[in-house]
Amino acid sequence: MPDVSFTVDGKKLTAPAGTLLIEACKTAGIEIPAFCYYPGLSLQAACRMCVVRQEKVPKLQTACTTPVAEGQVFFTDTPEIVQARKATLQLLLGNHPLDCPVCDAGGECELQDMTFKYGAADSFYAEPKNHREEQKWSPVVYFDRPRCILCYRCVRMCGEGMDVFALGVENRGSSAVIAPNVPAGLAPDHLNHVDCEQCGMCIDACPVGALTSGTYRYKTRPWEMNHVATVCTHCGDGCKTTLGVRSTTDGAEIVRGDNRDRSGINDDFLCNKGRYAFDFANHADRIQQPLVRKAGKLEPVSWEEAFTHIGKKFRELRDAKGGDSFGVIGGNRLTNEEAYLLQKFARTVIGTNNIDHHRTADHVTFAQALIGHKDRTASLRDTKTAKSILIFGGDPTNQSPATAWNLRTNIRNNGAKLFVVNTEEIKLRRQAKAFVRLAPFGYGAMAAFLNGDDASGPSAVSNVEALAGFRDTLKATEGLLILIGSELRGSELKALIEFGLTLPGAKFALLSDYVNSKGAADMGLLPDMLPGYTPVGSEIFAEYKAPAQAGLGLLEIFDAAAAGSLSALYIVGSNPVLRYGVEPASLKNTFVVVQDLFMTETAVLADVVLPAANLYEKGGSVTNHYGDLQLVKKAGDRAGVRTDFEMIVRIADKMDAHIPTLIPFGKGLRADMGQTRGAQSGEADRHAVWLTAQNLEPRLSPFDPFAILDEIQRLVPGYDILRLQLLSGNDQHLEPAASQPLVQIGARRDLVLPSGDTLFTSGTLGHYSDMLIDLQQNSRREQLPILDQTAAD
Amino acid sequence: MSAIQNSIFTPETAARFDKLATIYPMKRSALVPMLLYAQDELGYISEPAITEIAKRLDLFDLDVRNVMSYYSMLRTKPAGKYNIQVCTNISCMLRGGYEILDHCKAKLGIGHKEVTADKMFSLEEVECIGACCWAPAMQVNYNFHDDLTTVKVDDIIEQYRQGLGKDVK
Ligand code: SF4
Ligand code: SF4
Ligand code: SF4
Ligand code: FES
Ligand code: FES
Repeated sequence: MPDVSFTVDGKKLTAPAGTLLIEACKTAGIEIPAFCYYPGLSLQAACRMCVVRQEKVPKLQTACTTPVAEGQVFFTDTPEIVQARKATLQLLLGNHPLDCPVCDAGGECELQDMTFKYGAADSFYAEPKNHREEQKWSPVVYFDRPRCILCYRCVRMCGEGMDVFALGVENRGSSAVIAPNVPAGLAPDHLNHVDCEQCGMCIDACPVGALTSGTYRYKTRPWEMNHVATVCTHCGDGCKTTLGVRSTTDGAEIVRGDNRDRSGINDDFLCNKGRYAFDFANHADRIQQPLVRKAGKLEPVSWEEAFTHIGKKFRELRDAKGGDSFGVIGGNRLTNEEAYLLQKFARTVIGTNNIDHHRTADHVTFAQALIGHKDRTASLRDTKTAKSILIFGGDPTNQSPATAWNLRTNIRNNGAKLFVVNTEEIKLRRQAKAFVRLAPFGYGAMAAFLNGDDASGPSAVSNVEALAGFRDTLKATEGLLILIGSELRGSELKALIEFGLTLPGAKFALLSDYVNSKGAADMGLLPDMLPGYTPVGSEIFAEYKAPAQAGLGLLEIFDAAAAGSLSALYIVGSNPVLRYGVEPASLKNTFVVVQDLFMTETAVLADVVLPAANLYEKGGSVTNHYGDLQLVKKAGDRAGVRTDFEMIVRIADKMDAHIPTLIPFGKGLRADMGQTRGAQSGEADRHAVWLTAQNLEPRLSPFDPFAILDEIQRLVPGYDILRLQLLSGNDQHLEPAASQPLVQIGARRDLVLPSGDTLFTSGTLGHYSDMLIDLQQNSRREQLPILDQTAAD
Repeated sequence: MSAIQNSIFTPETAARFDKLATIYPMKRSALVPMLLYAQDELGYISEPAITEIAKRLDLFDLDVRNVMSYYSMLRTKPAGKYNIQVCTNISCMLRGGYEILDHCKAKLGIGHKEVTADKMFSLEEVECIGACCWAPAMQVNYNFHDDLTTVKVDDIIEQYRQGLGKDVK
């Protein structure tokens, strides 16, 4: 659109023709109050708060629906406008309780701000206010009818934004009311309920305190919290979230999750897990003391005793039975720094490649299939702008809600085209231009078909007729964004990527679960891969002096335990016993150390259990499944827990490892910056040379995750991080693809075990979120087929 | 063959609905007429009716409720056999509409939107029914009665009670 010039309050402004006046003013720093307008949703013009005077137009105009055009003249701040807005407020306040002192929104309420600004708190209404009791629509959504100003943001948010359509408007005029989709008459308890995805986006969009959150309501006031921007720990999307934190007697408690910082990859979105499921952090079952098994029972001990015990046992077992008798298992919610440190610890201190993690998607094949291709991996940001998208497997609505949100927004506002290929009727098919319903396990056949193997067609779908046309459509699509579900692994995944690589400008993302599952793979929590998908034995990590043969994978580690050849098992933030159904007896001859938040099915079998901090209680970085790196900041705090990072370092120390080699920290203590002994001197030296060259300060503490980040940046292919970008809380996209092909892509499906998480589950962590458990029970109770109904029109 | 299996409506109404869903450029435009016909047949709009209509028009049940609750002439509870709607809008008000209403209330012993115990009569206060020239006016089901006096009302009610009045639905 060409730019047009117009005048607002005597200021000459320019904006593309058709821009809404309210947006043009916002850009120019002129504030126009708005209750019903919400960027990205359809226009409503219901509240009349945004009225402005336009020259030569008889009536006041609503800025939220007025597109700017050449030569227009507006006034937004005249006595007439002030009076009009004040009158609007008085009408809105006609039945509003103005109970700001107890309202959750108080202090963050658009109505409160405007009432204050325009001085409209007294009303000409003499009638008594019509009070209604607050309603609990679900464990997380509460509705306080008198506070509602009928702006319909929630209705549009739920319908257009979420494609759920759980909220509507009933009755009319002054008796109009927001109604949820389960009317009292149909509910067993004769109360209104909402049967929906429980995302809380309606609460977030509500400009007043009419919709409130089950976790946060009546708990605190906005100004009593500290607000920490960090990353959600749940699914692989890694939304930027702001945690509201308040101090308590034994630390700092997280009381709210929200997305007031809209600069993230998820814009204004958070799903129910990001918004409510932080409560595991405050769970009463958190372990807060190290435990050591004595005479068959886990007894609380001091940290010193626990570390000394582990250090001694690990050293003895390593020296007596060799590093290869160890197994190390990392987690999907560790920071990159922790994951990197853990594998470095395994490879250099213990001396084994027997390291793995619960792989929720085949990131290894993904990276290998893209060797030699640049700019082929997508960022989550691409889902907001791509013109065409193919979802091949997976179910973003349930597994990667932010991806689904971005796609819906992109389709709605930019007319993006969506193609869906799935064995199930996933919800996003409603937005799809074409939906190919595959036969069960038809992904491999479909990938082969796309690659030109027509004979595979009949194994992919029942009706092959249309399939060739679909393939032609994809082939004719430029810049296709291909989102791949975790069902695709090994050769099937490779085949699909091979097809995609023939399309000009196509980009890929492999969707997995948990905040740092890609980071875990990137950081080399793999038996055959060093960080950055570098094959073991590679020159790049020569300074590790680690074994050059691939180690045991997760299942093989447990096989070794069952066979009695595993002397020690070190598990950091993972619950393989539950996830892989490990027979507890098989671990009886293994010395097991577990770092975790709770006494999980794995922790109860351990010889030593160390209480760990969770992702909301530490700093570092994580990489979402797209490869977007983000900063994690410490928000909550809990007495008696330590970060996994610190614990790994302390254990290494008690094993008499050389800590400055493990964690390059300190300056000038042991090194002369390499000048006299050349670049082949010790690790700390080379690191210091690199630091100096990068204008970075040497780190002072061995517990500083950034010391390891420096090394990650120095060594891991693809992790050339922009520091300022990271530190200022912005995401950046990384492409850690291996530089050389090597290991054959295996077809062993059991290496990958998708988590199978849905909207209301989140692995083991989810077992300790009361809110998620409540929501699971709630969704079973409702049992209404609402989410399966098709959308209007 | 009805578009819906096991329709709760009579075959004639079901067939009418099948047709209705096809004649508008946008399917959901058939919603209000469908609701009216459904009410005529069932006496009110029941939950199963909401569900079936939503299904016929590819809507959510909630969409149907949203529209339905906007219109005061659409009921979700059964009315009496004879639904008396007394107008109290301007012309009728000036010519004694409220007396007629009060008279009905006293006579039938029920208030606005209530039903007599024998389910014979229900009463509603309504806005202008378009009979201003002969105000005050009331409507019993779809039948008009105008130029009312309390005596005339007694007579009308009695006639319906005897089953003599026209029962047009
Ligand atoms: S919580 Fe989300 S899905 Fe549920 S009503 Fe609100 S916006 Fe809709
Ligand atoms: S509940 Fe909130 S968002 Fe919804 S209409 Fe009322 S004020 Fe607006
Ligand atoms: S979409 Fe994923 S990352 Fe975002 S809030 Fe939900 S669980 Fe957290
Ligand atoms: S913001 Fe413009 S009318 Fe509500
Ligand atoms: S005012 Fe009663 S019929 Fe018009």
